[in-house]
Amino acid sequence: MAKFNDTQLTEFNRLVSHYPEGKQKSALLPVLHLAQDTFGGWLSTETMDYVAELLHIAPIEVYEVATFYSMYNLKPVGKYMFEVCQTGPCMLNGCDNIIAYITDKLGIKAGETTPDGMFTLKTVECLGACGYAPMMQLGKTYREHLTKEKVDSIIDECRKNAAANN
Amino acid sequence: MAEQQLFKVTIDNITIEVPSGTTILNAARKIGGDVAPPAMCYYSKLQGSGGKCRTCLVEVSKGSEKDPRPMPKLVASCRTTVMDGMEVKNITSPKVLDARAGVVEFLLLNHPLDCPICDQAGECHLQDLSYDHGKEGTRYEFQRRTFKKHDIGPYIQLHMTRCILCYRCVYVADQLTNKREHGILDRGDHSEIATMIEKSLENDFIGNVIDVCPVGALTDRTFRFKNRVWFLKPMDAHRNCPTCSGKVTLWNRGDEVFRVTARKDEWGEVESLEDGKPAWICNTCRFDKKHTNDWVIEGPRMINRQSVISAGHYQGNVGLNKPTEIFEAVHSGRHPKVMLDIHSVSEVNKPDIELSLIEGPAHSTDFNSNKD
Amino acid sequence: MSQKLLLDKAHVEGIRTYDVYRREGGYRAVEKAIKMGPEAIVEEVKKSGLRGRGGAGFPAGMKWSFIAKPEGVPRHLVCNADESEPGTFKDRYLMEFLPHLLIEGLIVSSFALGSNATYIYIRGEYAWIVDILEHAIEEARAHNFVGKNILGSGFDCEIYVHRGAGAYICGEETALIESLEGKRGNPRIKPPFPAIQGVWLRPTVVNNVETLAAVVPIINMGGEEYAKIGVGKSTGTKLMSACGNINKPGVYEIDMTISVEEFIYSDEYCGGIPNGKRLKACIPGGSSVPILPANLLLKTAKGETRYMNYESLSDGGFATGSMMGSGGFIVLDEDQCVVKNTYTFARFYRHESCGQCSPCREGTGWMEKLLLRLENGAGKLSDIDLLWDIQRKIEGNTICPLGDAAAWPVAAAIRHFRDEFEWHVFHPDEAVKRNYGLAHYADAIHVPATV
Ligand code: SF4
Ligand code: FES
Ligand code: FES
Repeated sequence: MAKFNDTQLTEFNRLVSHYPEGKQKSALLPVLHLAQDTFGGWLSTETMDYVAELLHIAPIEVYEVATFYSMYNLKPVGKYMFEVCQTGPCMLNGCDNIIAYITDKLGIKAGETTPDGMFTLKTVECLGACGYAPMMQLGKTYREHLTKEKVDSIIDECRKNAAANN
Repeated sequence: MAEQQLFKVTIDNITIEVPSGTTILNAARKIGGDVAPPAMCYYSKLQGSGGKCRTCLVEVSKGSEKDPRPMPKLVASCRTTVMDGMEVKNITSPKVLDARAGVVEFLLLNHPLDCPICDQAGECHLQDLSYDHGKEGTRYEFQRRTFKKHDIGPYIQLHMTRCILCYRCVYVADQLTNKREHGILDRGDHSEIATMIEKSLENDFIGNVIDVCPVGALTDRTFRFKNRVWFLKPMDAHRNCPTCSGKVTLWNRGDEVFRVTARKDEWGEVESLEDGKPAWICNTCRFDKKHTNDWVIEGPRMINRQSVISAGHYQGNVGLNKPTEIFEAVHSGRHPKVMLDIHSVSEVNKPDIELSLIEGPAHSTDFNSNKD
Repeated sequence: MSQKLLLDKAHVEGIRTYDVYRREGGYRAVEKAIKMGPEAIVEEVKKSGLRGRGGAGFPAGMKWSFIAKPEGVPRHLVCNADESEPGTFKDRYLMEFLPHLLIEGLIVSSFALGSNATYIYIRGEYAWIVDILEHAIEEARAHNFVGKNILGSGFDCEIYVHRGAGAYICGEETALIESLEGKRGNPRIKPPFPAIQGVWLRPTVVNNVETLAAVVPIINMGGEEYAKIGVGKSTGTKLMSACGNINKPGVYEIDMTISVEEFIYSDEYCGGIPNGKRLKACIPGGSSVPILPANLLLKTAKGETRYMNYESLSDGGFATGSMMGSGGFIVLDEDQCVVKNTYTFARFYRHESCGQCSPCREGTGWMEKLLLRLENGAGKLSDIDLLWDIQRKIEGNTICPLGDAAAWPVAAAIRHFRDEFEWHVFHPDEAVKRNYGLAHYADAIHVPATV
């Protein structure tokens, strides 16, 4: 089974060191982020068990947390995940059109992944970018003021990056 | 230690004294009967329980002697401690009755109507609750939610659709077994009790989740006569058990033991032993001892819950206080739970005044004799 | 042009770095505060009248003075950066562009409260801001503002960033504490309050980002001076994040003396409604506060001008007023549908309910379903009354304020826009194609003659 390498273990130790002795469980959220980034963008049961072991807690404590928070993926996702906000302020600025456009263009509905495993479309609730609507989260950053053209160029950009990394 | 301070608290016009630190709910249970708010999630023997289901909401019309301001919102009586001079309204507050009816409706919203095939029928707290506090019919016109079925082993059966998320079973696993293997997964209206990976729950003492579950979400898989507890005869019995107290209730027909449970008190909770500890029972007693000759029978068990189990077959011999007609009258024909007559514990009321007949909250003026 | 206390330096080139921030007068508050001592700092904050900027508006100094100080038990300050209320993005702006301002405020506040380990609980989606903050903390450490024995004061001050993972509910302080402990974000049942038993059962104060940043100008200028800005109990300045149908969405610092009309139409702020459309409604303080039709927004029911401050926005109570909330100012133009907007909020709250208590867990989903049905023209007239009854049974009966937050928008939408809901029922075919429009929502309000 996959394990953290040395760099990741150093990061793990740094995260745990933020909390008092014996309160290492507190590092669970940040550590799950680390694990998700490390092991393919999602959390398998094995990954969660591994995290439980590292933090000396029961596996169920990890499952409970991982299923509660919306950012943890419990199923494999595409290489690039478009998380488009659909709450009020974004709706007022036409996020429905953007979602429909992506659906059209990539042939996937919200919650689905393209067959080549490249893109996942997900609708999410307010991400705190309401003034720059419509918007989506892509990896660690936000893409704001979305238009159809912008979506096109983001898709191209992702394809190019993927090709470059292969 | 210094002598424990006693606080005076008045609930539905009945005043009693309780030690400081007592919750409103426990104070009300001391008075008993209808004055005790229904509790679906609180379980006095489980630390940290309560506060979640909101069926026990009450109105605090006077905070305390020192600070008489009423509390702005209804409070969960199971998690609010009494203050000296506090005045609480439970069944005398229209606000409470209204909110409670709302809570009952919410709890039933997604609850399947499968009582006829449910093992818990006859001893289900939700059945009792809706009977006592609910309104007829539902205004919910959408599909009820469903869950993927999970197998949690040969001993315990989980029907997630029936769960009301009281968290009691989670506390049992945390506080009674050496390792918790199930918990609440997901969130919001999709929250569910599960083990994540199919796992069987077999830790010693885990069987107690069956006894604490207020509904039919967790039931005994080894129970050999499903569905209809009222055809069985509850008997108190004990055995010499190395792991637990061995004090149980057997559910028999003839000489056959169909089910073993802990002994429950009038609030549906596991009874306490002489030493004050709750009489939880171990898995061996619960699941493996299914012969009458495993046990020393003590005698028939008194069941004083009002639902089918007692109102039907056991009515005659379990010491149930039948509701008087007056309650039927004010409850539009339904029989509410009455376990004792308030007049027998309270000197506040003139016996000729029926509290429940007074419209709206009762006032001191309704009880003139008390004034002089 | 109103006075700026927080964002005055936001546009200085390179202000994100320690050097520029320091050159512009940064970290003076820490130097001053250490000389003043903890009690004096708390006094200044009390005098300033600063109210919590997260939504509830509770006086910050008072909150600080509640913290228990048992011998030998560490205390913690936690900064609530879990900004997730739809319409609100001011804390993000502040952390993104002025990270050192927050760090400075945190150091002063930690010193005042005696917190040797202070946490910034930031919403998980703000992933890149975690890096910005951690970088700022390291810069501050290099200059001995963070770390052991800061500025030779004998006080150790560590600041850690804790990243959440997507849960609005963690903005509620006890849920935030649970989450900080590595658990599900289930709000705790109170009492005990965090000031007595918070994170790891230690006394804890949880404050919003903007509140803690505001401590810097308060220390620099003195609480009394700070209190002179603004009006009545709305002292100091407030960050507003404006969005929806306006020309210039963004984050603005206001001094709470300007009118709502000025805020919406002046070029200094929102710059009016785009495409020459007219104002229909507005949610002035984040999705959970009551929505107001244009007429009641610009003027109170008494016909007086409504101002951008705590008191004026809530003038008229929930019947004809709203709330300052978290400062998420959402504007709807005449082409927007209130039913649809309310539906997205209901969906939001259903999605974000933790699921612990029954009214919120079950009620939010029920409201969402009914609103969707109405929006799609498949609703019944009785659904509107049912919605009203459901929200009424959620409000005040839940463990935490999320229940209220879910109930209020529905209540206000029905209260002020009932005819729009009914129109959806009576014109199901049209309702899916077009929008009800402005109707009379901007008509002048009838003010009863004064006696
Ligand atoms: S399974 Fe039963 S005991 Fe467990 S949370 Fe659900 S209703 Fe409560
Ligand atoms: S509503 Fe989309 S980011 Fe806030
Ligand atoms: S019994 Fe009090 S809230 Fe459930």
